[in-house]
Amino acid sequence: MLAYIIQRIAQSFLVLLVVGAVAFSMFRFVGDPIDNMLGQERTQADIERLRTQLGLDQPFPVQYVKFLAGAVQGNFGVSYRQGRPVSQILLERAPATLELAAVSGFLAISIGIGLGVFTAIRRDGFTANAIMSLSLIGVSLPTFLIGILLIYLFSVELGWLPSFGRGDTVRIGWWTTGFLTESGLKALILPSITLGLYQMTLIMRLVRSEMLEVLRQDYIRFARARGLRDRAVNFRHALKNTLVPVITVTGLQLGSIIAFAIITETVFQWPGVGLLFINAIQFVDIPVMAAYLMLISVMFVGINLIVDLLYFSIDPRLRADRTGGH
Amino acid sequence: MTQPILSIRDLTVEIPTRYGILRPVDGVSYDIAPGEILGVVGESGAGKSMAGNAVIGLLSPPAHISKGEIHVNGTRIDHLKGDAMRKLRGKQIGMVFQDPLTSLNPLLRIGDQLTETILAHLDVTRDQAQQRAIAALEEVGIPGARERVNSYPHEFSGGMRQRVVIALALCAEPSLIIADEPTTALDVSVQAQIIALLKQLCRTRGTAVMLITHDMGVIAEAADRVAVMYAGKLVELGPVRDVLTKPSHPYTDGLMGSTPLASRGKARLHQIPGAMPRLDNLPTGCAFHPRCPYSTDKCAADPAPTLQDGGGAAACFFPLPHKAKVA
Repeated sequence: MLAYIIQRIAQSFLVLLVVGAVAFSMFRFVGDPIDNMLGQERTQADIERLRTQLGLDQPFPVQYVKFLAGAVQGNFGVSYRQGRPVSQILLERAPATLELAAVSGFLAISIGIGLGVFTAIRRDGFTANAIMSLSLIGVSLPTFLIGILLIYLFSVELGWLPSFGRGDTVRIGWWTTGFLTESGLKALILPSITLGLYQMTLIMRLVRSEMLEVLRQDYIRFARARGLRDRAVNFRHALKNTLVPVITVTGLQLGSIIAFAIITETVFQWPGVGLLFINAIQFVDIPVMAAYLMLISVMFVGINLIVDLLYFSIDPRLRADRTGGH
Repeated sequence: MTQPILSIRDLTVEIPTRYGILRPVDGVSYDIAPGEILGVVGESGAGKSMAGNAVIGLLSPPAHISKGEIHVNGTRIDHLKGDAMRKLRGKQIGMVFQDPLTSLNPLLRIGDQLTETILAHLDVTRDQAQQRAIAALEEVGIPGARERVNSYPHEFSGGMRQRVVIALALCAEPSLIIADEPTTALDVSVQAQIIALLKQLCRTRGTAVMLITHDMGVIAEAADRVAVMYAGKLVELGPVRDVLTKPSHPYTDGLMGSTPLASRGKARLHQIPGAMPRLDNLPTGCAFHPRCPYSTDKCAADPAPTLQDGGGAAACFFPLPHKAKVA
């Protein structure tokens, strides 16, 4: 078990190195940051000086190794646009994205699993069929459209909820939270629904189909034949067996919630790292882009690692080193 | 005579389909006494398992009981629904499935599966349930039950798992066990052990057993009486010795003739010509007449007589005369 974890962590580092290299090499094609940084009245000497100062005259592998060396120490360089350390900017922006992603993920998982189980147990019921039909909307509509529709309905027409921003936040150490103020909570509602809706419907449909499959199994029939209550059969026996494949997809989806926050943050002008990234692209702010991509890949890899470990806690058959045997 | 544990009268199961109503079980009647093992035999699709599922109330819709009565310990149960039926399952009627590899939940310890069943039916504490779980495992011959109670199903062999399944079926002390092909998925040597175990538990506890199988060897080994089913109908019912050695119904006769026996040497096995008819395409009259070597015009025209428990031995107009039955 421990050997497995170490092996997986080593693999994760390899993945991060490759992702970093690919991302870093792409930056050479997004444009020349010098163009944006110097005004109209620039001389060739200015350009050369800045290029040397930023290290952009060095060959790509050297730049990458320097970036990695800094990144390991938490130093991602200085933003070309804001002139401040990237790590500081990310720390300021991260709480907004993480809170949004956490709320969306929570909504997606809890409602998704709940509705999935419901629609599987009441397979032919009217409500279950209605939910299934409605879920098609969540799967098929693009995120930005859902966001715009929600803004139109709840902000423009009804005027109940704010259409942009994070509301008032409270500082706790370096972390800023919107959970503690009314306007902060109100501001969270629309973006988190927008961000989580696709994941929610996906999880729901997946849980439903897996659950229907599990409910056909012999051990479910046997559990019924032993006179267990429906609740025990459905939740203790069926749901647990349903969760193994669901966890895989859910883990990946949580990663993409953070990654796809870019779109939602743009629609709602949410001051998170996604919006930061979009602005950085426009300005060819390479240090910010590189740091953002590394951050996202660390999260993806981390979530995948957690998912793999969750399998062990759910499915005893995978704990190979704990042999019972006969 | 003591009251039978299970009493089925004229049981009919129907499945409505778009091509008409199918009757996988059609007018079946039999009793099982305390401590008795009734073997139910027949080809695949003869309705053996369907009858068992009807008794325990686990028919999958749209299949349903359309006619007849089922009594367990003198109480009519065929019309019970929902929670009332659930309370009978496990408590009065236990069931053992065919494949022990798939009938245990792979993610739960066997001890947890036992205690949840015990707690669902008996008014005991969690600790007492745990003790009972260990006792149940000991009773079915799991060595080291006290340690093994915390094992997961995959840590047991197939035969041991079937013992666990039997312990699960018996742990709330039901008076009737429906064993649906309990040995089909097991090695031959393990089969004998499982059959011996079932037999011993049934004798010591006075549990009635409905042993559904298509294995004549298992029947000869374990059953007290045999019910032979064909195309949803009960065609012959009698003590195991009589049915095996002196079958009255031509179908049973054909079935016995097609069972390999060491005593028969290298002679070619007998075959019953043709195949069992599909339920949506039953012949007129006796369902067996197209395959029956003794059939007459009457067999093709009139439905065969229905077999009543305690009455005639075979549902046939012309039962085979092996002995001086006409007495």
